[in-house]
Amino acid sequence: MSKWENNRAWFFILPVFVIVAFSAIIPLMTVVNYSVQDIFGPGQRFFVGLEWFREVLLDTRLHDALWRQLTFSGLVLLIEMPLGVAIALTMPKKGWASSLCLVILALPLLIPWNVIGTIWIIFTRPDIGLMGSLINSAGISFDHTANAFDAWTTLMLMEVWHWTPLVVLLAFAGLRAIPEAYYQAAKIDGASPWAIFRYIQLPKMRGVLTIALLLRFMDSFLIYAEPFVLTGGGPGNATTFLSIYLVKIAVGQFDLGPAAAFSLIYFLIILLFCWLFYQALQAVEGGEKS
Amino acid sequence: MIIRKRTIALIIYLGLLFLPIYWMLNMSLRTNADIMNVFAWYPSDPTFANYMKIFTDPSWYNGYINSIIYVTMNTGISLLVALPAAYAFSRYRFIGDKHVFFWLLTNRMAPPAVFLLPFFQLYSTFGLIDTHIAVALAHCLFNVPLSVWILEGFMGGIPKEIDETAFIDGYSFPRFFIRVFIPLIRAGIGVTAFFCFMFSWVELLLARTLTTTAAKPIAATMTRTVSATGLDWGLLAAAGILTIVPGALVIYFVRNNLAKGFALGRV
Amino acid sequence: MARIELNEIKHSYHPNPTDDEDFALKRIHTVWEDGGAYALLGPSGCGKTTMLNIISGLLKPSHGSISYDDTDVSAMQPEDRNIAQVFQFPVLYDTMTVYQNLAFPLKNRGVAKADIDKRVDEIAEALDLKQDLHKRASGLSADAKQKISLGRGLVRSDVAAILFDEPLTVIDPHLKWDLRRKLKEIHKEFKLTMIYVTHDQVEAMTFADQIVVMYEGEIVQTGTPEELFETPEHTFVGYFIGSPGMNFLECTVDGALALVGGETIPIIPSYADKAMRAGGKLKIGIRPMYVGLHAEAVEDGIAAEVINIEDQGFCKIVTAKFGDNAIKARIKDDRSIPDGKCWLTFPPEKTKLYCDERLVK
Repeated sequence: MSKWENNRAWFFILPVFVIVAFSAIIPLMTVVNYSVQDIFGPGQRFFVGLEWFREVLLDTRLHDALWRQLTFSGLVLLIEMPLGVAIALTMPKKGWASSLCLVILALPLLIPWNVIGTIWIIFTRPDIGLMGSLINSAGISFDHTANAFDAWTTLMLMEVWHWTPLVVLLAFAGLRAIPEAYYQAAKIDGASPWAIFRYIQLPKMRGVLTIALLLRFMDSFLIYAEPFVLTGGGPGNATTFLSIYLVKIAVGQFDLGPAAAFSLIYFLIILLFCWLFYQALQAVEGGEKS
Repeated sequence: MIIRKRTIALIIYLGLLFLPIYWMLNMSLRTNADIMNVFAWYPSDPTFANYMKIFTDPSWYNGYINSIIYVTMNTGISLLVALPAAYAFSRYRFIGDKHVFFWLLTNRMAPPAVFLLPFFQLYSTFGLIDTHIAVALAHCLFNVPLSVWILEGFMGGIPKEIDETAFIDGYSFPRFFIRVFIPLIRAGIGVTAFFCFMFSWVELLLARTLTTTAAKPIAATMTRTVSATGLDWGLLAAAGILTIVPGALVIYFVRNNLAKGFALGRV
Repeated sequence: MARIELNEIKHSYHPNPTDDEDFALKRIHTVWEDGGAYALLGPSGCGKTTMLNIISGLLKPSHGSISYDDTDVSAMQPEDRNIAQVFQFPVLYDTMTVYQNLAFPLKNRGVAKADIDKRVDEIAEALDLKQDLHKRASGLSADAKQKISLGRGLVRSDVAAILFDEPLTVIDPHLKWDLRRKLKEIHKEFKLTMIYVTHDQVEAMTFADQIVVMYEGEIVQTGTPEELFETPEHTFVGYFIGSPGMNFLECTVDGALALVGGETIPIIPSYADKAMRAGGKLKIGIRPMYVGLHAEAVEDGIAAEVINIEDQGFCKIVTAKFGDNAIKARIKDDRSIPDGKCWLTFPPEKTKLYCDERLVK
């Protein structure tokens, strides 16, 4: 669709601009301001240049948190994307059964994030939780508050439980948009179920799966409330992800300068990764069109 | 037979999905003493005492009211500002359009933790701390970009000829927008509202930081209970179940548009 | 290649059909001969596509059976029936090249690489696709895409039949003619059974040797274009084929005369006799090109009033009225047309009688 050339369209954008300026630009400027100052209290601040950035970038605990975060997000994508697509393929395409599936699937997405943590605390407690007590009664000792591996397992389970439905819903929407004639033609051509998936369903789902990938990456990279409630970053620092570490510095230690520098670096990392993903997907798409 | 196997796999998945929620429901219908003493698959002696406590104690039920107020405000604001902007992006070419669009989306990627302190300072300056509007505005950070994105996708599906015809027929722009255009993208608006509701309802970090008592969200009320000693699991579970109810109601109303809305147009 | 037989096929999309209205196909009992070029003609919603999908196996009919060369295939899946079908809109495998698209049906059936190459090459040649063979299919024009769809249908040399479901809907008019001719050539060359669904009578007549006309879930006539024009067996065929369609007037028959609104029209006596014995509601039918139009009173002429003249270039369509009945006549352009009053004649050998919408034979 060709668009009208009109710079007065900026007037339509203005309200959004004002709102986002208020909730994004001004705070971001504040963060930049903090990041180059040492703040002791109101009226007592010193310009320190890039000192905080240097300190933060050399902080080994931050490096550890970053690796933990990348491992976590990588695992999340590796598990949730294939699982989500697989579940979407098994869903009935229409009728009441389809609506019922959608409603059940959407349920975890609408639970406040800290309540998600609460649900999983209750579910995995060795004394009162269904999963915790079942595993322990099977003779395997399981306690996510004491054992780092158990804490990670619990977090991954929770994350997969919480967010795979989003991938399913997106993939399902993509599948439903495929015209019936494609399946009919594939039947006539004698295509195997695998060939139907590989040559019809997967290419047609690419758009929604890109969105799913980006959303899942962003949100898993920003994760805060669920691990905060479930493990509090522990045991030790085993589940201290970037957001948790940041809040520890900013609120716990009230080191505003380093926290601000950290924030900016954090933001840039996310932007960089999203840009890389986006470019990679564009390159794949471009390659398929030529 | 492959169909049968798939259905069984799906039912198992949905069962597992529902299990943690069921377990919380199970807890919420039992007293704390009962929970700590016996392990049970279902409440043998169901009690609504936990729910009664929440419904009668203002420090509990006010949390729900606060949450619902700021979520509604946020959804309203997001839609109001996103509608014209999405129209502009879907219909006009103008200086910097692509950059502004991308810049908006980057806000969706900003870690809320980054904005925690500046928000607190900013809203303190304006005396907005512990008000509903503060949380509603803060949530615009991620909901406005998302609304523009979804609405733009829906508007892109409406042919531009509709606008042209309406203008030729003598509609003024505001009249056209409200009388013709908005009814056409009703489904899109519904879906957008759903997403705004969802993301505002589930967010905790900002909501907790910007409120103390008067506008405190239910989710924050619950975290306080978690950190207290002598935890009442039954009460906590009941509060958790009640936070799911508004979400479940919203899903029920949009269930037919859900799949369509998730198609989101294009990247 | 095969002879396809449909036995007492009925189909309904309702789970529990109660009356005739619930059936998309009412009762189909017909044979498609080996190597024939058939057109399935009818208005939208008459059951053409349903019938095609039943032949290919995409749909299982509610009743009846279907056999290829005396083998019952009713229970077989489409891929086992060895049939090709081309759809209304181009269906492509986006991520494949044109070559891969064309080779796909062969590859799925385990054909040897050398044979695939040879066959794809032949088809690409026939459809002018050779220069695009190694391009991505998704980047091509709508015409080229539909040609690829056609190609995928044609590529298997051993198919029982090729079914086309209005395949040229999305093609530009000037290319339509070209592609249709190409299909005819391919039909001649490979001697394939082809069934071509369309709602366009010109398309049907230029493509097919035999036209099957469908109406409300039934086959009302099968025949050559000429047969359909000269002796429509159902009033619908008369009305649907030809431009303008056949004139139909309600009548009663008395001896060798048909009575229409007080006027009399002569009928061949033996024919009139059959019609009388058939009983039922009678209609008289005549093609506009056989209606005689005269400026003066003639023998057996019916006095009428000219109410409209439509100039179609090479001929004129005159609408005349007597009583409540309107008649269209097709007149050569060079003849003068009477103003106002005129006389109409109906040559008995071209005048048909229909009893309850069906031709009296």
